[in-house]
Amino acid sequence: MSAALTGPALGADLVPQPSELTVVVLAGGLDFEREVSLRSGRRVTDALRAAGVTTRLLDADADLLGRLTDEQPDAVFVALHGEAGEDGALRTVLELLDVPYVGATATACRVAWDKPNAKSAVRAAGLLTPDWVALPHSTFRELGAVAVLDRIVARLGAPLMVKPAQGGSALGAQQIQDADELPAAMVSCFSYGETVLIEPFVAGVEVAVTVVDLGSGPQALPAVEIVPFSGVFDYASRYTAGTTTYHTPARLAPDVSAAVADVAVRAHTVLGLRDLSRTDAIVTPDGAVQFLEVNVAPGMTETSLLPMATEAAGLDLGEVCLAMLCQAAARR
Amino acid sequence: MSANTLDPYADRYAQRTGGMTASEIRALFAVANRPEVISLAGGMPYTTALPLDAVGALMGQLVAHNGTAALQYGSGQGDPRLRERICEVMALEKITSSPDDVVVTVGSQQALDIVSRVFLDPGDVVLAEGPSYVGALGTFAAAQAEVVHLPMDSDGLVPAVLEETLQRLGRAGRRAKFLYTVPTFHNPAGVTLSLARRPEVLALAERHDLLVLEDNPYGLLGFDGEPLPALRSLSESRVIYLGSFSKTFAPGLRVGWVLAPHAVREKLVLVSESQVLCPPTFNQLAVAEYLETQPWLEQVKVFRELYRERRDAMLEALSSLMPTGCTWTHPHGGFYVWLTLPEGVDGKVMQPRAIHARVAYVPGTGFYADNNGRREMRLSYCYPEPDRIREGIRRLAGVVEEELDLQKTFLPRDRTGTIRRTATSADAPAPDLT
Repeated sequence: MSAALTGPALGADLVPQPSELTVVVLAGGLDFEREVSLRSGRRVTDALRAAGVTTRLLDADADLLGRLTDEQPDAVFVALHGEAGEDGALRTVLELLDVPYVGATATACRVAWDKPNAKSAVRAAGLLTPDWVALPHSTFRELGAVAVLDRIVARLGAPLMVKPAQGGSALGAQQIQDADELPAAMVSCFSYGETVLIEPFVAGVEVAVTVVDLGSGPQALPAVEIVPFSGVFDYASRYTAGTTTYHTPARLAPDVSAAVADVAVRAHTVLGLRDLSRTDAIVTPDGAVQFLEVNVAPGMTETSLLPMATEAAGLDLGEVCLAMLCQAAARR
Repeated sequence: MSANTLDPYADRYAQRTGGMTASEIRALFAVANRPEVISLAGGMPYTTALPLDAVGALMGQLVAHNGTAALQYGSGQGDPRLRERICEVMALEKITSSPDDVVVTVGSQQALDIVSRVFLDPGDVVLAEGPSYVGALGTFAAAQAEVVHLPMDSDGLVPAVLEETLQRLGRAGRRAKFLYTVPTFHNPAGVTLSLARRPEVLALAERHDLLVLEDNPYGLLGFDGEPLPALRSLSESRVIYLGSFSKTFAPGLRVGWVLAPHAVREKLVLVSESQVLCPPTFNQLAVAEYLETQPWLEQVKVFRELYRERRDAMLEALSSLMPTGCTWTHPHGGFYVWLTLPEGVDGKVMQPRAIHARVAYVPGTGFYADNNGRREMRLSYCYPEPDRIREGIRRLAGVVEEELDLQKTFLPRDRTGTIRRTATSADAPAPDLT
């Protein structure tokens, strides 16, 4: 099992000094998570500038390719959330431009971004993840929603989580208590995407585990335990200060804490991710760790989980970002 | 180990901040600012049509010739010269007034706030049209007032509904502090209180001792004939009147006003002084100069023609493209069309699909204090050019079609379901959305 990474374990040799790097932080885009991304981008930009790095914050718009070509950054930090930054498309373009970037490759993103694919991959590797059904609207339309939903409830039971198969920030995600609520939840969820993922709601301790690779392999930062006042870690609970209590590190027994770190590192490895990721999981009352999803461009806002984990590990966010940018630049 | 809510001030906030949370809907609006998205959401005046060179020259001369005064503190009630000009502007809508009864404010939004501070205690009842202006609802919420909505028809407020509501409140031992109304070219509903109903509403106000707060930012932006007489022109004692230069000149200057009876005006000035000391002197003098030296009524005519063309483009596109079951209002002025979706379609739930289709609107729930308006939405035609409006409606029609398809799949008539989302004041966009 991998132990959680802390400041001393990082080692002074892995924390780079301010360098001559010129970097671009990409944020914004046209995804539903644009606002969150802009805030992440500004936070990373501030942290990098504080670390002495020349940093430009750019939106992913029609001017982007020209600006990247003109400015020739040493590396790009992708703070784009949602489809724009996590489905692999933009990273493919960066690869076409030979611009190094922090984070998973386009190929790895395509698997990790899609929750059902990611769940299949981690389950095949032996990790626990709640059962699930993922279907497009067309299946329900063609086969009859009532019959298909009845089968889903018969298989998965209730309560259930209904969420878009792709996307983050809990946008479109809903917890439903019984089958009667399912049709309306489906209508709401399909507004966010073509495929809906339904899985049993798993009660337990909600944790988020950041994994960083600063040159010596992927290592987990201390897990953050999430206790939303409303009981549901929805968009409002995520981005309104004062509506969720975060325990860092999570209040887990040492062996469970190690298991959580191990799940996050294994998910990172199995999915072929690079540099950083954040795994969301539930620790059930019996101590089992259920993988929910992984984020390849984790949030970096004031209320985001990765910066909390970084701080708990005794690390400086700007220096961690800089270390990953240095690694990315070295891949050119 | 540390436990942190990320808000060390949580136990210090006033109760009124209770609903101030991050909003999924508001997050979606962030995308609407991008040029790829056709925004029918924001109510931004088309300032591109302003004579910017003339305005720039005027402001330069203001600093050059009167800079010492323009850059100095001013009267808490507002610049006397501007108040005289404001009375002339109100006369266009048949209002007789004295500059002494005018209080200049930082946009009419501040006027709403100072009126609320003067009249409202927590728990007080305010009557408002349903739907109502989101900025007013936010102000009333901050005052912890209870808003009771009055449904409208195509002629605006329905006197019988107003009377029934007043009677019902009376039977419950309650009394509305005032009726808040946008009688002319309503935001967001796009309807206008008919000439015939205006005296009826005021007669009811008289009979039930009801104060009326008339908000009239769009009155001079009618597409047909002369401006309608304001409610204030029919009653001096029953009506507090709010006006604004945001739609007739420039919203960025933030110059509005309130016209109130003497006793009220005194209190409004004191409250306003405690908020802002005085309205921005430079901006007030710039507006006064603009009114005195520029053909501003001709400019209003330019705006009217421009908005009329855009209104026509929107109505034509709606008629030819929207699916059966959608209905909408036909505004004769102002900025907005109010659209009602087919039974079962929820404008708020549908919004991510619309953003994905690169078109934005404001879901109806933001315009109600009671979570109504799920089947409704506000469409603005003031800012996009006609071709963009037509394309925006084409995209919106496709989104509604897809939503109907979903409804058909999951919510056939014999199955019911409740789509659970809670409305907050943050369901409306920031004012600078285009």
